[in-house]
Amino acid sequence: MYETNFHKASTAQDAAALLAKSDDGKILAGGQTLIPTMKQRLAAPSDLIDLSQVSALRGITITKRKKMGIMKAEGGETITIGAMTTHSEVAGDAELVKVCPVICQLAGNIGDPAVRHRGTIGGSVANNDPAADYPAALLALGATIHTNAREIAAADYFKGMFATALTDDEIITAVSFQAPAVAGYGKFPNPASRYAMAGVFVAKSVEGDVRVAVTGAGDNGVYRHAGLEAALSADWSAASVEAVEVSADGLMSDLHGNAAYRANLIKVMTKRALA
Amino acid sequence: MKIAMTVNGKSVSRDVTDNTLLVEYIRDHLRLTGTHVGCDTSQCGACVVHVDGQAMKSCTMLAASAEGAAITTVEGLAKSKDDLHPMQVAFKENHGLQCGFCTPGMIMTATDMVTRYQSQGKELTEDAIRHELEGNICRCTGYHNIVKSIADGASKMTTV
Repeated sequence: MYETNFHKASTAQDAAALLAKSDDGKILAGGQTLIPTMKQRLAAPSDLIDLSQVSALRGITITKRKKMGIMKAEGGETITIGAMTTHSEVAGDAELVKVCPVICQLAGNIGDPAVRHRGTIGGSVANNDPAADYPAALLALGATIHTNAREIAAADYFKGMFATALTDDEIITAVSFQAPAVAGYGKFPNPASRYAMAGVFVAKSVEGDVRVAVTGAGDNGVYRHAGLEAALSADWSAASVEAVEVSADGLMSDLHGNAAYRANLIKVMTKRALA
Repeated sequence: MKIAMTVNGKSVSRDVTDNTLLVEYIRDHLRLTGTHVGCDTSQCGACVVHVDGQAMKSCTMLAASAEGAAITTVEGLAKSKDDLHPMQVAFKENHGLQCGFCTPGMIMTATDMVTRYQSQGKELTEDAIRHELEGNICRCTGYHNIVKSIADGASKMTTV
């Protein structure tokens, strides 16, 4: 690992100030991607600003939906997850599992137990790995990404492989979304890395909007699948997926599987997400 | 920079460079060489230690990030040479190791999973043990006996 200057931030504003002052600094969240990348000398930030002591960025809050007449569907609670909340905290949150079990299930299958104890939702979302799980969830749930400067809709946030709408000195503070009426996540993990070879997050909001987001398969990161959305809007069932044409165009081909294989996986994972 | 933490119940402090990994701090500066470095790519789990009671890969975190934390390494489990931790006894009795290189990480991962399952009142089935071992690699491929050891060790551990 190249030399770097380590700083421990006490607040998000403090971190932003340290980041702005640094030559080529980076925010250190859980470090489960950044530290390995630095060890391989693929990244060499001049400064690391560690957020692990910023307790205000940690934790999950759930706000109940106001009752307006007869509730027609489940869901609708507003869920806010602090950026430094670890995957194991999301996976094991007793209140969250009651209102949005799919997000707990997703977090509990990221990496391995040691990685989940350290890795954070903010770090994952900031990195936007094309095979990470959270980007698919946030895009399908129509989430909002909160930073120290503004709020960004997930639809405007993910800009392709490892690219996001974040500016150089911007820090994610939290993500929030409305608990869906119904949702599911199907993931085919690469057996070595546990990243998704294809992961499909399906969600129907309380208002009835259907979104289907695919991770791990697209050659430019997470994306929404219009064909699957149309089919599931008409009929929310695994059977309706059968007739959908999932094209291999624009999908990734690598030593783990070619584009046609991934196209098939998308379909299978969508069905599993609906099971 | 000066980094202080508690390792196996003892307060320690060392002057290290900012880019020192926690595993380097433990092995090279404290000379606690029970914690191993197997892959250097965050995949093998030989370097797993407990940081404030949770299993983490000490090769994938900076010593500076662990400032003030309470660390337990494999050396911190046994009360003495003759009074091993139940999980260590279980690995010995069930032949849970061949070359032994991955064992420190296996044992630290095992004690973490047992503590978690017991505190949540969940049953640690064989299937669960195999899933929980996802981040630990044994290149002697001795997984069957490792799984047996953990089940045995779990039955002798009372954490709650």
